[in-house]
Amino acid sequence: MNHAQKRLAFLLLFAPFFLWILLLIVLPHIGVFILSVKEKVGMGVYEYGLGNYIEFFNEPVYWNTLLRTAVMSIFVTIVTLIIGFPIAYYIAKIARQRAKAGLFLLCLIPLWVSDLVRSFGWIVLLRETGIVSSFLQYIGIVSGPVEFLYNDATVVVGLVYTVMLFMIVPLVTTLDGMDDSLIEAGFNLGGSRLTVLRRIIIPYAMPGIISGCIVVFMLTAGSYLTPILLGGKNSQWFTEQIYEQFITRFNWESGAAFGVLLLIFTSITVWIGLRLSGQTLSSTVAKT
Amino acid sequence: MQYDLTVDNITKNFDLFTAVDQVSFDIPSGSFFSILGPSGCGKTTLMRMIAGFETPTSGDIRIKGDSVVALPPNRRNVKMVFQHLALFPMMNVQENIAYGLRCRGAGKDEITRKVGEVLERIGLPDSANKEISQLSGGQKQRIAIARCMVLDPDVLLLDEPLGALDLKLREHMKIELKSLQHEFDTTFVYITHDQSEALVMSDNVAVMKDGRFEQVGSPQDLYHNPQTPFVAGFVGDSNRWSGKVKDVSNGIITATTESGLTLQSKSATGDTVSTGEEINIFVRPEAVQLHLGDEAAQLASAGSGLNHMPVTVESMLFNGANSRILVNTQSGERIEVDLPQRGEHTTLRNGDRIGISWAQSQSLCFRG
Amino acid sequence: MSQHKKTLIAAATGLALLTSVNASADTTLRLLTWGSYAPDKVVQMFEEKYPDIKVEVTFSNNEEMISKLRATRGAGFDLAQPSHDRIHSAQLEYNIYKPMDLSKIDLSNVDTTLLDGVKANTTIDGKVFSVPHQWGTTGLMADKTIAPDFNSWGDICDPQYKGKTSMRLKRTILLAMAFDMGEDPFAAYSDLNKYQGILNKVTDKLIDCKDNIKAYWKGGDDLSAMMLSGEIVGSETWDSTAFKLYNQNKNIVFVPPKTGALAWIDTFTLPRKGKADDAAYKWINFVMSPEIIPLMSASTGAVAAVNGGIDLMPDDKREALKAAFTPADIKNLKFFANIPPGVEDMEGKALEKIKAASGS
Repeated sequence: MNHAQKRLAFLLLFAPFFLWILLLIVLPHIGVFILSVKEKVGMGVYEYGLGNYIEFFNEPVYWNTLLRTAVMSIFVTIVTLIIGFPIAYYIAKIARQRAKAGLFLLCLIPLWVSDLVRSFGWIVLLRETGIVSSFLQYIGIVSGPVEFLYNDATVVVGLVYTVMLFMIVPLVTTLDGMDDSLIEAGFNLGGSRLTVLRRIIIPYAMPGIISGCIVVFMLTAGSYLTPILLGGKNSQWFTEQIYEQFITRFNWESGAAFGVLLLIFTSITVWIGLRLSGQTLSSTVAKT
Repeated sequence: MQYDLTVDNITKNFDLFTAVDQVSFDIPSGSFFSILGPSGCGKTTLMRMIAGFETPTSGDIRIKGDSVVALPPNRRNVKMVFQHLALFPMMNVQENIAYGLRCRGAGKDEITRKVGEVLERIGLPDSANKEISQLSGGQKQRIAIARCMVLDPDVLLLDEPLGALDLKLREHMKIELKSLQHEFDTTFVYITHDQSEALVMSDNVAVMKDGRFEQVGSPQDLYHNPQTPFVAGFVGDSNRWSGKVKDVSNGIITATTESGLTLQSKSATGDTVSTGEEINIFVRPEAVQLHLGDEAAQLASAGSGLNHMPVTVESMLFNGANSRILVNTQSGERIEVDLPQRGEHTTLRNGDRIGISWAQSQSLCFRG
Repeated sequence: MSQHKKTLIAAATGLALLTSVNASADTTLRLLTWGSYAPDKVVQMFEEKYPDIKVEVTFSNNEEMISKLRATRGAGFDLAQPSHDRIHSAQLEYNIYKPMDLSKIDLSNVDTTLLDGVKANTTIDGKVFSVPHQWGTTGLMADKTIAPDFNSWGDICDPQYKGKTSMRLKRTILLAMAFDMGEDPFAAYSDLNKYQGILNKVTDKLIDCKDNIKAYWKGGDDLSAMMLSGEIVGSETWDSTAFKLYNQNKNIVFVPPKTGALAWIDTFTLPRKGKADDAAYKWINFVMSPEIIPLMSASTGAVAAVNGGIDLMPDDKREALKAAFTPADIKNLKFFANIPPGVEDMEGKALEKIKAASGS
């Protein structure tokens, strides 16, 4: 193969990736950004300007919703990490080889059904006349029906359940790569269980923890159906706001601005998280 | 006598498989003790029981006289250098060494002082702030030892730590480990499947097979007076025959091998053997002498107390001071012979006909 | 290389054959409509009658219909079914529909009141854009054994039903509450300042009301579940949902509010870049024929816009409807008025405020 042929081969190999990035990621984002800096001044008449962004900051309902979404998403991420870490540790370090595949499969099950079906599953379980409430009455723990639905805790539970796999996979991958003798050395040199966990296992798993957290946070902040279906009267999610702008109010310009703001806001949160944990994107997400 | 480590009749069963079977030994303070055996012989299980990662099925382990069987690993003053060293990759050298001190609750000043001291002793005084990935193989080795030694352990366990190094460095580290042991004057228990590591460094070596100790002794003892065929075969190289006893007189055993070779040997264990018994005969390559030209013919007529025979040179295996020559007897058996590199054998060529001989006392036999 | 060429040629020929076969076989009628507005049975019968037409159905709602057509500037569908009040401004602003050729539709049996109403709502520059298909109402539903007096929009906020009522947080409830407070929001559409004033009052009322509500329902399924399980005793509802529940529990009845149920008419409207107008007209005539109407009404629970439409309802639904509406109630119906530009934005903000306000 001469030089020109090599170049051609490279271009052909690279083309699908390049087109994918360009057509499905770069161009839509540019489109959304351009849309977001347009302002409607009359019927069918538009002007460029930052009005949509100014509107966002002037209206407390909007930025409150964004803040609320961010705080809830961070909380969901932390809960997912706390529950997911022991599971991942068990899969990577304690379970036998054959059990590992089965356990992974169990974590995958929530993703086999659509968001909608999954949420209805929770509704059936948690509603006032639902299975959990009836069971609690049956065994006599509570005297009357209990409503578990329509509050923030339910939203958190539903989201944690959905995103668990995305936390466990990177954690298992990093922990799997950890030599068992590091843990034994930690004990051998006099460390207690807590010390070994805190000074050896967690620092070693840090890249996996961070990359899991980033994925989980992004998925949560961008989720739509779960918070809407399980949430109560006061629960608001920023994606709902974007949907409202686009679909119900036909206000594509402000919807696009909200979309851009969500992207910027989640990116900043991730950046702060990386700075606080002393990790970089290349040492976490790119690694696992 | 003060023993740093006493293992008393210890056994470990995994389901139906017995990994360690009623092993007992004592290690005197400040000595270098090796456990030598092929993979799967139970030596790693034995070490993990001493460190506390496995619980013995029965038996006792005492450190400086006190039983430690009930203690968790982090409360035993036995430190371990792991096969792949297990240095913590997310900590630098200073933090790796300080880890154990910090677990003990040592103060900041004490930690800095002790880490400095131990780095000085292992000859790496300037590497405190280096990352683990910046160290060479030999340096990592020394840091792994320093990380344990800074805690003044009663016993230091080493689990084949040289396995991952290349040959040259391994040779160098053997000497270095020995001198570190002198330097710290601590009891080292060293596990290996490499007989040369065990022989070079140890004060005493235990040869282990199928969960049991075959023989415990000094390297010289094991080499020259093996008590079992396994030890004779595993420690050092040997030419080996099996044969049937034809005659026993004055402790000299005459036997015929399967291919019809008649050899004279002495019993290795001092046991008496009788005519007709199956025996194994071991002869080390360096015990065999070569005879060229007329010397060979003379020898054939002399014949007192020597095993001798005419052979044909099959091939030369040149390896500097460790060169060997392979020769074939008339009955077609191959014998390995050391070839001293003093110049008198430079004329030997493949196919040359020469003679070989060795003393009866250099030829050891065991009951088959 | 020659091998590759052959494969390529073969593939290209195959592709060409496939496309040509597809194109010559039949026309595709791409329907953009409400869930249950194209029951499988009806689609099957239509395809049997017109073997050269294949029906593709996309289920949607008013807002999504407009958004979808706006995104493609009126392409991608051949027939849409928006409600009568959502056509005028969408057409003016986004130009997504094309005028109807009324001569191609059999209007002989269509209810003239409804037809004239829809025509009045959807005529732009003298051209008619829509004809009526079915109509229905939004009103109240109550378990009459527990809440016999539940009969006005304001009762949703009555403290005696605290935690036992529900509503959908959409523009309908804003209009309903406005009527309940003695206003006429449709009249105020012409004066947006006045309308904003009404909206502010309604917003305050609905924020106060939040405590009283168990949850906002989002679709017929969650509303049905709450009502059937007894978790709520009264709610805002679509009449069709209430009729379905009446079948399962005769205590659950549709109640037209004192101020009048809000009525909507779903229409037939042609997207601007639709490609199968003839097939669309055929579909309209087909589903408006007396044989098909009972099947359609059974599926949708809505009343066909033909003379005697109520009598063409399946028995159970007709019974429920007649039990719910007296002739006076029918007269009292409030048909949604055309939404002028800007109102959706004002209403959207009001709804956001209500959602964001912290109740308990």
